[in-house]
Amino acid sequence: MTSHFSAIHQDLSRQLAWTRREFLRTGAAMALGSTLLHNPAALAGVPGKKRKVVVITFGGGARDQETFAPEGQENIPHLMRELIPQSTFFTQVVNRGILGHYVATASLATGVYETINNFASLPPEHPTVFEYFRKDLKRPSTDAWVVAPSNGFNRIGESNNRSYGPGLGASVILPKHLLTAAMSGRTTDYEHLLRDNYETPLYAPDLGGNEFQLRQLEMMLKLSVDDFKSHALTLSSPDELSVYIARRLMRQLAPSLLWITMHDIDIAHAGAYSLYIEGIRRTDRLCAEMWKAIQSEPEYAGNTTLFILPDFGRDSDDDSGGNGFQHHRTGDALSRTTWMMALGPGIREGVVYDRPMQSTDLVPTLGSVLGFSPSLAQGKPIAELL
Amino acid sequence: MLPRDLKPEQFSGYPPEAKTLVTNYIAALQRLPLAFLPSLLREAIEYDYKFPPERKALERELANLNSLSAEHLKDWLQGFAQIHLSAALENFDWINAPAQFVEQLSSYLWTTHQLDAFRTAAIAYADRLQVSVPPEPPSTPRLGITVVGQGVASYDAPLFRKLRAHGAYYSHVNPENGLRALLDAVAARAKAHPAPYAHWYIDGGHEAEHDAALTTVSYAALEPARAALLGKMRAEIDRPGMGPEALRTRLAQLRPADLGFSSADEGLDRFRTKMLTEGSGTQIFSTTFAQWTAREALRRAQPLTLLVRFAPRQRQKPMNELLAATLETAEFDPVGSLGDADMGAYYNWLNQQRLPGANESSFLVWFEGHSQALCIGPTTPRGTTSTSAIDVSQLLASLA
Repeated sequence: MTSHFSAIHQDLSRQLAWTRREFLRTGAAMALGSTLLHNPAALAGVPGKKRKVVVITFGGGARDQETFAPEGQENIPHLMRELIPQSTFFTQVVNRGILGHYVATASLATGVYETINNFASLPPEHPTVFEYFRKDLKRPSTDAWVVAPSNGFNRIGESNNRSYGPGLGASVILPKHLLTAAMSGRTTDYEHLLRDNYETPLYAPDLGGNEFQLRQLEMMLKLSVDDFKSHALTLSSPDELSVYIARRLMRQLAPSLLWITMHDIDIAHAGAYSLYIEGIRRTDRLCAEMWKAIQSEPEYAGNTTLFILPDFGRDSDDDSGGNGFQHHRTGDALSRTTWMMALGPGIREGVVYDRPMQSTDLVPTLGSVLGFSPSLAQGKPIAELL
Repeated sequence: MLPRDLKPEQFSGYPPEAKTLVTNYIAALQRLPLAFLPSLLREAIEYDYKFPPERKALERELANLNSLSAEHLKDWLQGFAQIHLSAALENFDWINAPAQFVEQLSSYLWTTHQLDAFRTAAIAYADRLQVSVPPEPPSTPRLGITVVGQGVASYDAPLFRKLRAHGAYYSHVNPENGLRALLDAVAARAKAHPAPYAHWYIDGGHEAEHDAALTTVSYAALEPARAALLGKMRAEIDRPGMGPEALRTRLAQLRPADLGFSSADEGLDRFRTKMLTEGSGTQIFSTTFAQWTAREALRRAQPLTLLVRFAPRQRQKPMNELLAATLETAEFDPVGSLGDADMGAYYNWLNQQRLPGANESSFLVWFEGHSQALCIGPTTPRGTTSTSAIDVSQLLASLA
């Protein structure tokens, strides 16, 4: 019975991938890359300066009908017109793990399907990409950073693995947490940015781990608390604040490995479709802004690979066990099957691959790109990017 | 404890009718795998407060399980029997707290990567049950009506895009007395086909004047209950050790009296309570409330008639401010609400089509006060557009 279901699941995943491929062929003039397994341009085009990687999770979860399907493409004009034509696009990235945002992002960052409590303040159980990167390449703590929107992500930077763990991970910035601290209890003007986990909006776990402290704003990012607060007032969402901080990081510290977790889309849990669509459109715009920032920052231009991928999708309208776009609880094919795009020097442009891959393949791929060995990761490097 | 050890006296905490029901089938329950049984008990423990179609479905399911030979039962439930459960789950008080057990089971299935196997087993079981105990057709074809766009002065973007392929789009509807015509039509159906909880009117704002025969739930009428609930949520959050799962459990345990409900209809009060305690976003956004309430009414009561009228929701505000229920400063977002309601109308239709008699069912969605509507029915041409002048009564007549 399980195998029967798996077959159904695989069929549905293939169907999703096929439709994405067709949508992209017609909407973004992409070529099929199924016969182009190896990329002779990879690495060869990268100049001598230090290679960098930026990962953006297109979160928290968007479906095809609101993005890559014909009726959804109006919501992602920047991805469709600006980024996809410059990218190698993978249509069938399957997440076989737990579909909660923290645990799924932890799985993306470790290359192993983590099973930690999605709502607890716990570190991943397996080494993160940041630990592999720093330990193998002997990089300082300033060279790996995470910018995350939710207080629940404060432990994402490093695992509790004995061979890695404390002191070897990424520094984590939680911009909303910083803003809370900066406000010193005055919440009137800033509350619109303080929303946390949309699935459980009232809950915020106690913080722990290597999160960035307010006093470091000025020291490391050359940003006064007053300027930070003033700028926050001009922004409409937590993800905009995250991108603002990420750009400060790029300018001041130029980390080689930067991971940004978007989360605005997850407002869908509140059940208001128009707000979910607003979140998708904002995330689409912010992804394009990050790509422009990469191209305009001297430390990043010409030597940076950008990966954009959702942590997972959302429930199908067809599954009576769910409530459509609102949640990601059914574990159906639509909620498990997503996509990924990669852009940058040496990455083939305008090519679509629709072979199945898993979200755990990201870390081994980053290992191959940056030159470290994620020995405990379960996925495989993506040959088309190497 | 395992199902084979079940004894009738262990159900002493169940409401009276539920207790009678489960003890009548105790032998059947003893034969069920633990991965399956609490899901059934979660329904059974609510039996006294369920709507007629739910009660009948549960009775028929239990009778069917009781009738299966040991060999057939094994065949039906082998997928569930293969699910490996933890000792903690086995030791859980799944008799008296089946809903909490199912919550923990869900978490356990995700963590142990058994969710797909459970889904497979559940789908297979539901398919077989559907064949062996087919649902009864409705006594008359269903009619679903959704009214969207209250408070929107003008809107240029296309509406009903997801529904157009399934029916006829009308662009020149005379809106005069449209809502009255719909309410009168619903009342007429309630008189023509009287049955408990068979004709519903759900309003995302204030109820319009309506026939007393309708089962009615409205967002505005639940405002005191919402305020009470938000107060309890805030108090719970402040308790040491409170987390999202514990909060969810606490909310699920709230009873109608906890939120100030005290009508003579405890079943309906429980339904209203669940809309607020189990729905996500229903406490905050009226559009979410209307959609979720319609979904649950369709799933549980299987009404013959359902009128859902969306109203403007609050403009998105900071979550803390929203939860503080500072309604005196509430601003509304009519256009955003129209977007929510447009999708909600699609979900209302989808959920209606999941019920028995779908081929005979009809559906109408209308942009309140405006000239756009869409009809779906057995004889309605699909994917068509009509620019002819028509009024709301005529639209209804086209579906009759």
